[in-house]
Amino acid sequence: MSASPRFRCIATRDLYKDYGRQRALAGVSLQLQAGQVTALLGENGAGKSTLLSILAGMLQPTRGLVRVDDQPLTEVDDVSFRRCLGVLSHEPRCYAELSPRENLQLFVQLYDVYRPATGSAASEAIERWLRAVNLERAAGRPVRTLSRGMLQRLAIARTLLHQPSLVLLDEPYTGLDQAGVAMLSSLITQERARGAILLIVTHDLATVAPLCDQVLVLSKGRLGACIELPFGSGTGETLLSAYRKADQRGPRSRSSDAATPPGSPP
Amino acid sequence: MSPARFVGQVWLLLRKDVRVELRAGELIYATMLFAAIIVLLFSFAFLGGAPPTVEVMAGVLWVALALAGLVGISRSFEREREADTLRGLLLSPLSRSAVYLSKLLSMALLMSLVVVVVVPGLLLLFGMQLSGAGALGHLLGLLALGILGFTAIASLFSASLGRARGRELLLPLLVYPLSVPVLLAGARGTYDILYGTQESLIDAARWLRFLLAFDVLSITCGLWLFEPLSTNE
Repeated sequence: MSASPRFRCIATRDLYKDYGRQRALAGVSLQLQAGQVTALLGENGAGKSTLLSILAGMLQPTRGLVRVDDQPLTEVDDVSFRRCLGVLSHEPRCYAELSPRENLQLFVQLYDVYRPATGSAASEAIERWLRAVNLERAAGRPVRTLSRGMLQRLAIARTLLHQPSLVLLDEPYTGLDQAGVAMLSSLITQERARGAILLIVTHDLATVAPLCDQVLVLSKGRLGACIELPFGSGTGETLLSAYRKADQRGPRSRSSDAATPPGSPP
Repeated sequence: MSPARFVGQVWLLLRKDVRVELRAGELIYATMLFAAIIVLLFSFAFLGGAPPTVEVMAGVLWVALALAGLVGISRSFEREREADTLRGLLLSPLSRSAVYLSKLLSMALLMSLVVVVVVPGLLLLFGMQLSGAGALGHLLGLLALGILGFTAIASLFSASLGRARGRELLLPLLVYPLSVPVLLAGARGTYDILYGTQESLIDAARWLRFLLAFDVLSITCGLWLFEPLSTNE
């Protein structure tokens, strides 16, 4: 597999985004570290998707800065950055007329990984991913015939196939059954161990809590709270109460429940 | 990026587009059928009157191309939007110019299918005649350059409209005025070719050169503008 650069951290400082007269983000500062899982919580319309789009480089902030390893994102080589980026959105971003195998083959070639992309290394990797997301039996069927859950599994494989160092997951558990939820949680843990930076937008507190090192709460475009947890210790209950406590403290408060805080947001 | 790598990326995406279109079929059949209907409608409009002149035939050819072509291009991008696959490509490490160029070429291939329907339709229903292989060569050259110029503009705006409200309405409003030079040069050049004299073929060659210059300009602008227009949501 061709080497891609690793990011140590990605941070934002005083990020603002306006859509006309409507303010989607208002002074968001955060820091995401390699080998950490961060959950991004917030009500509908809080600005989560806008923040994700800015972190992915698909949207320019009105004001403020995104830094990758202490370098402004605007100065980072665009192609290298996208090579390290894995984004899972609400849409699977797969071609309906192609099979899951063909879709993954295409993405292997797009990301230029497992060179030569048509070689056995690529085929083995694709089969490994099809097994990992339990799509072996449906690997040859057109994507348009797959169920919502199967589509989500394919989208997960497409997102992680090239071993990105910045992984942005928007509601990744949508449509997954119990086995799928367990599979995704295991993959998130593996990606964390590999040293990826993971940001998960979710409303599924109970599932995500044990996987998190850090929880960010976005409220009306502002970062309401940043809560740190020892990895594996969080539960839905603790997360919810911490979330409420943080919400009562007002914007930009921070609570540290961790014995050894893994990150230090600005 | 090396030119070979760039060409490789364009080829990869073009192959993907062709494979997807061939399997879906929907776009190919719908566009060809729409083109056939336009030619039929025009033939009914001139039924019973004097035989259509070469000016009319040239006009019908390019109007049919522009109408059916934009329907196909618009639908193709709409499908990319529904599955959000275009965003997937823009987030990948591919050169955005390669994304634009591959879209342009796949849409040009789709529009070539319109030619396959419209030209025989004009031969059959309008009695269009070509005076020899030279005239046919000129016409094919004119069509190829005209299609490239049209798709260069249409692909750019189809991608850049993103999820804008009313984009189905906005697209023709943006594309048709900007493609007036293509339609004008195409229709005038076709008229000269169909007229069939030595002098008129020389005039047609001038329109060919005009279209070539327009294509270079529009594709260059497209390559330059595609990234800023398509990435900022």
